[in-house]
Amino acid sequence: MSKDVVTNIILRDDEDYIINMGPQHPSTHGVLRLEVCLNGETVKYVVPHIGYIHRGIEKMCEYDTYKQIIHLTDRMDYLSAHMNNEAVSLLVENALGIEVPERVKYIRAALNELNRIASHHLWWSAFGMDLGALTTFFYGLRDREKILDIFDESFGSRLLHSFVTPGGLMHDVHPNFRKNIMEFVKYFRKKLPEYKKLLTDNIIFQNRTKGIGVMTKETAIAFGVTGPSGRGSGFSCDVRKIAPYGIYDQLEFNEVLYSNGDSFDRYMVRMDEMVESMNLLEQIVDKMPEGTEFTAKMKPIVKLPEGEYFQRVETARGELDVFVVSDGKKHPYRMRFRSPNFSNMFTLNILGRGLKIADLVAISGSLDLVIPDIDR
Amino acid sequence: MEKNMDLTALLAKIAPQGEVVQGNQFPELTVSAEQLFETAEKLKNCKEMPFDFLLDLTAVDFETKFTVVYHLESTKTHDVVVLRTDLPDRNHAEVETVSGLWPAAEFMEREVFDLFGIRFKNHHDLRRLFMEDDYGHPLRKDFKDDINLIEYPN
Repeated sequence: MSKDVVTNIILRDDEDYIINMGPQHPSTHGVLRLEVCLNGETVKYVVPHIGYIHRGIEKMCEYDTYKQIIHLTDRMDYLSAHMNNEAVSLLVENALGIEVPERVKYIRAALNELNRIASHHLWWSAFGMDLGALTTFFYGLRDREKILDIFDESFGSRLLHSFVTPGGLMHDVHPNFRKNIMEFVKYFRKKLPEYKKLLTDNIIFQNRTKGIGVMTKETAIAFGVTGPSGRGSGFSCDVRKIAPYGIYDQLEFNEVLYSNGDSFDRYMVRMDEMVESMNLLEQIVDKMPEGTEFTAKMKPIVKLPEGEYFQRVETARGELDVFVVSDGKKHPYRMRFRSPNFSNMFTLNILGRGLKIADLVAISGSLDLVIPDIDR
Repeated sequence: MEKNMDLTALLAKIAPQGEVVQGNQFPELTVSAEQLFETAEKLKNCKEMPFDFLLDLTAVDFETKFTVVYHLESTKTHDVVVLRTDLPDRNHAEVETVSGLWPAAEFMEREVFDLFGIRFKNHHDLRRLFMEDDYGHPLRKDFKDDINLIEYPN
């Protein structure tokens, strides 16, 4: 193993002073318990304990049809519900060789990027709040509301969409869809400088994030850290680039990469990704074909041929992989979700060791954890 | 497709005793449980294409056997290969850990241990991840939950 990679081995001692952070701690963003060993205010090691919200989604999938599974995937990473839906849909479509209408691909990509911005909004709001800047929460949620309103008008749900199904979409989007996106992009482009003034340029914020929780590229690869957290360390892992799906190979966008790997760089990746997403939205709105078709012809009950299938999708937090073993029946024989947060969270011990407990909050905020996605 | 042909040749070179097939998406390599660690090490340190990123580690219960499935990606070329091993003994399913090669495996192996009861030799911290210690292994096909008895229609 390369020397740059740190290992996760923890040496426990009877004299250790241990406190539990969570499962009801506001900065863990869900029911995650961190067993923190302290020496004064300095963290000696962190042991994450998970499973408080384990619902057995993988087991439930074994009794559900593929169209029913869509509704379970929303509940994993609820902030990128749309990407989770698309992962299962793409897997079924690729397995059956179904060609989805071009218009559907554009709508899916538009929803993807809207969902990514909405997710980064909430992360930005909560990250500022974790570090004591409560105002970000009001600013972030004010702008996130605009996206949720687009979702609301387009297909009636705001958080858990279940809108993408194998073969296409549940129903057509509202005629205002395109106009709403244009309006939002125009609105949000003006708001981003405000975000910069409010938090990015804030010297207290910079001192609390720069050089805190440094993750090298080697560590990111070894621990399987993907998404903005991995790209903050210079690990090129954007699935939209390396294994394009949907319409992404026909759109122009940059993979945002930073190289320091500290909390501030992970923050900057997400801020720049919001701009990239808006560029993508503009291209999508320009190119989206007219028409009313929203689904390919599908049977009501889908049966995948015997075999194994694998689908990679980029969510707002990293790479989501769906692995299905089918025995030719209407239920999957085994369904596995490789969730991005799972791998990202277990770096907490490596990043947090030797720092203060307040830095641990900054690190867990910069990793953008969603706990139901870890437990599934 | 030509690229995949090269990959299957590479896999055949790395594991001469293993069985190499071109699956519907990725080249697949099946080795015995004894050879698994050796093969994984060779793949990780392969000169032409180091498979340094463990994409996924999971297991499947085929009722007659367990199969542990590893999806490996090379961050250099972004090629993916599938490594798998069969464990026929359900009661004493055991395979060498790869957490020394890919630290990401540590927690995925703990998850597999929790949900399937497959033990990983030389794992430095093999505890259950989600469930309590006296709970069964829920992703096994013969698992019965006595408390939440829900009959699913087939």
